[in-house]
This record gives sequence, C-alpha cells and structure tokens, in this order.
Amino acid sequence: MNFLDFEKPIAELEGKIEELRHLSDTDEINIADEVARLQAKVDKLLKSTYAKLTPWQKTQVARHPDRPHFSDYVAHLVEDFTPLAGDRAFAEDRAIIGGLGRFRGRSVMVIGHEKGRDTESRVRHNFGMARPEGYRKARRLMAMADRFHIPVVTLVDTAGAYPGVDAEARGQAEAIARAIESCLAIRVPLITAIIGEGGSGGAIALAAANTVVMLEHSIYSVISPEGCASILWRSGDNAQDAAEALKLTAQDLHRLGVVDLVVPEPLGGAHRARNQTMDALGDTIEQSLTALLALDGGVLRARRRDKFLEMGRQGVH
Amino acid sequence: MNWLTNFVRPEIQQWVRPKEVPDNLWHKCHQCGHMIFHRDLEKNLSVCQHCGFHMRLTVKQRLDMLFDDSFYQRIELPRVAPDPLKFRDSKRYSDRLKEAQGKTLEQDAIAVAHGTMGGVNVVVAAFNFQFMGGSMGMAVGEGLVAAAELAVLQDAPLVVIPSSGGARMQEGILSLMQMARTTVAVDRVKEKGLPYIVLLADPTTGGVTASFAMLGDIHIAEPGAVIGFAGQRVIESTIREKLPDGFQRAEYLLDHGMVDMVVHRHRLRETLVRLLQLLRHPKPPGEVVPLPREPILPVDGDGRV
Ligand SMILES: [Zn+2]
Repeated sequence: MNFLDFEKPIAELEGKIEELRHLSDTDEINIADEVARLQAKVDKLLKSTYAKLTPWQKTQVARHPDRPHFSDYVAHLVEDFTPLAGDRAFAEDRAIIGGLGRFRGRSVMVIGHEKGRDTESRVRHNFGMARPEGYRKARRLMAMADRFHIPVVTLVDTAGAYPGVDAEARGQAEAIARAIESCLAIRVPLITAIIGEGGSGGAIALAAANTVVMLEHSIYSVISPEGCASILWRSGDNAQDAAEALKLTAQDLHRLGVVDLVVPEPLGGAHRARNQTMDALGDTIEQSLTALLALDGGVLRARRRDKFLEMGRQGVH
Repeated sequence: MNWLTNFVRPEIQQWVRPKEVPDNLWHKCHQCGHMIFHRDLEKNLSVCQHCGFHMRLTVKQRLDMLFDDSFYQRIELPRVAPDPLKFRDSKRYSDRLKEAQGKTLEQDAIAVAHGTMGGVNVVVAAFNFQFMGGSMGMAVGEGLVAAAELAVLQDAPLVVIPSSGGARMQEGILSLMQMARTTVAVDRVKEKGLPYIVLLADPTTGGVTASFAMLGDIHIAEPGAVIGFAGQRVIESTIREKLPDGFQRAEYLLDHGMVDMVVHRHRLRETLVRLLQLLRHPKPPGEVVPLPREPILPVDGDGRV
C-alpha cells in the first residue's frame, strides 16, 4: 500500500496492526483485542481525515498510484472488451484506449485515458497524456458508435494532453477541438466518468457528455494546480493555494453545475476498496444509461448541446 | 511454357523421376525453414507450429475456418467481358486467365459466400491469391459489388478478406476504375448502417489497399501480413535506402494507426464472432427487439419465399 503524506498517522497505526498480526507466540486474545482497538482507531482517523480533505489533498488522492485506472474498470465492468486501435492517419496512441464491449448486457463503446501502472506500462501509455492521434482515435470510435447506435462511456483520467513538439506539429489543438465536436454531435447516449484527474483540454475532449459523473475524490480543472501556480503565483510551491482557488473538487464542480453526479468513495478513498468503488461507479453509469436510452437520438444530441451552451450563463448557484 | 512442357513433361517426369515422398505431404515454412507434415499444418490452420508464420490460405480454407460449422453457400458471380484490352505481354492475357482458371478451378480471384458466424448472418468476399496474385480487375470488382449488394439485401454485415498484389495490369485503366467502383460498393453497405469489416491477409498491396480495404469500420490484420501501397522494391529503388525490418507488416500498421488489431489466426474466428455479436446484438437478451426495418427476404402471403 502506498501512503500519502497526510495519511502518515494512519500508516503508523496500520503498521502496528501488521506487526501485532505477526506476533504468534503471545497471548492471542489480547492481540485480537488490541488489533480491533487499533482498527477502530484507524477507521475513525480515516473517516475524519477523508471527510475534510483539502483540494490539494484531493489532488493527491486523485493521483494515488493504487487508484483504479481505466484498464481496471474495463476488466471489472466490461465483458468481451475488444480494443480498437488507431487514428487511421498516423499512429496508435496508447494514452487513450477505446473499444467495444458489453456493459451489464449491453454493447457500449468505452473510451478513456490509461496512465499505466508500472514504469514500463506508464511509458507505453505516456502517463495518460494523449497526442493528437489519441483524440483522433476517440473521434473515430465515437462516430462508429453513433453509426451502430451504441452508447458511449468515457472514463477520464489524465494530467492533460501531451505538451510536446511532435504533438503541436500534428495539430494537438485541432484534434482536441474535433473530439469535443464529436462528443457534442453524436446521437447516442454519452456518459463520462471522471475517475481520477480531469486535466484540462485533454479531459474535456472526452467529456462533453449528457451525464458527467465524478468520483468523490476526483479532480477536474482547466489546469493542474502546479501549472496554475507557476503561471499566476510564478512559483510551483503555491500549488496548494492554486488547488484551493481553482475549485477543482467534485463537490465544488457539482455546485457549479459542471458535474451532474458525485459517486461516494469507500472509507479512505477508492484505492482502499477498489472493487467496491468500481461497482459503485458501474451502478451509477448503468442508472444514467437506462435513463438516457429512453430518449430519442435527436433529443440526446440537442440536450447535450443545450447543456453546454448554458454552462456559465447562470453564474454560480 | 508450351504444349510440350505443359502436357508432355509432367508425364516424362513421372516416368523419369524416382519414386519419392510426394512433395505435397510436406510443406516448408518460408520463415524458419522447418518441414511440416501436411496434416499438422491443416490442423494448425496453416500456421507454422515452430515459428508462428501465417501461410497464405486457399479460399476454401479461409471460408471453412470462419463460418459456423464450416457451413456456407457460395454465390455465382456475374461474368464479365474477358480481356477487354486484348492485352498481351510475353503471353496473351486471355491465355493467362485460362491458365489461372485451370489451375484454381475458379473463374477469377474472388469468391463470395454467405452464412452465419456466431449465429450472425454474414456475407464474405474472399480473395484468392493463387489466381493471378489476387489481382483486381473487372471480375473482382464485380464480385465485391455482388457481395455488397447481397449484404444489403440480407441486412447482413460484410466481411472482405483481401489478399492481393493490387490492380490487374492486364486490364489497364479498367482495373484502376475498380478502386472507385469497389468504394461505392462498400459505402452502400455502410450507408445502410451495416458493419463493414476488413480482414487484411498477406499480402494486401497497391490499388486494393488504396480503396475498399482501408475503408472498413474495423480493420483486422493477420500477424506478419504485408500491407501497404507501393511495393518494397519500388520504394527502395526510389529512396535508395534499405527498408527497416518489419516495414509494411501488420504490426507496423498497428503502430501507425491503420489497423484496429493484429489477431493470430487461431483467434480470428472468435474475434470476428465477438465483434459481430457486439455490433448486431447490442441489447441484453430478453429486451424487446424491434423488427428489422426491411424484410430479409421477400415473403408472399403464404409465408413462402
Ligand atoms: Zn516456421
């Protein structure tokens, strides 16, 4: 288990529990009592810590290395997943994965960012930062889903689009713009779940959806706190201040009307109970999907477009 | 070759050559050089069990391995005017055609069949590389048009399996026109909302790649298949450089965004079935499925077709 800075007291207690469990030659009943006492303390501490996470702490939780990723959700929730590769122009960008599969009995097109889990897979997926080809693949797959009347589910988890010379040379901005346009054009249900980081243009490219769901400790922002701090505060050290100011938490975004639903995470965050988190998100996606499937394609498209046309018009509620 | 080499020599050879193991019992793998017994090769769908090299299949092998229970119906294709340009190089095109027809017992380089895969109705058009390198002339164009029309008529997905050196030079500009013609054909299938899947087999090059073969909703390639536009020798002599290993191979195309997946032949059928079912049975079983927009076959009042 990887621990975050602010989880240090929790880590210490859990370390003690581990130690006690390995002491076999002492009085077992006493150990059991002690373990139970410490566990209760851990739970209490987790509850109090996670109930009042600061935006900066949430940023760390959203980036937690053990947090479920795109591939975990697909393995857990989607049967017969068949990845479809390539933008049909330049490359296969593994920062974004997409494909057909069956979610709770129904064919869906699933598209999302994959950050990778270890060094090798992180490099292969470019840490979830897509180049133009990734967005062009997403656009192709959305159009395919539209053609075959198959709903689209996107899972967003990216620090942002890849900032590189090659990406710019091939039209990173154009590719993102077209992806947003595709999100808003299709006549099938489009549901987005922000499962970790929703970083900037790289996120909205897949997230102009009928229903946008966010996990409780995910973040979604126009720029990373570090990036914002270095531009506006002229120092990356002010990332905490930037995180506060940006209103990037699920709770703030729900209040702003940017996010439709917030899915609670298990005690201590998604990384502590991965399956439970994935099941909960699956249930929410299924409910949203069922509601959207009752609507005609033209209505789905019009409502989606109207929704984004209204963004910011009413100010903050 | 003339009548003498064609008809007399084989007999002389039989008579002269000492009796040995018939060569068609053993096949040599082009990649690793191993000799493989024909029954093993057949069982393994013509994939070398030593190095995984995917050998070219005949049309019959291809259709047998894809359809449910190897059951399908081939349709007769419309005849086209043979040798429209009265073309001859070292030999008359009309003679080449007859020779290829005699060798393959097929009319031309494409076969069209329909049947089911995983219970889903499918129309398949498969190229026959043994017939003049699977080259595309009017007859092949005709075959693709017929396959597309059948797919629309049956409300069925279309699977095309190219294995072709490209356009058939002996039909000149008329073969070039098949690129546009086959594009119209497959677009008709797509316009009906029907899936169009391309299974790229070794080799898919030239005008075949640069038309219907790159227009699929989904592109599946066999491992190691050469897929590209210009021939490697042409490129090398133009740029005066040696081409890198793996250039124009299926895996190279995957990295370059041109194919959705590279699938081992052993998993080809299950992959196709899975995709067809995801696309054609998108709803959970038990949910009310609306009637198809058009009847699959014209049925009269008594229910007779
Ligand atoms: Zn071999």
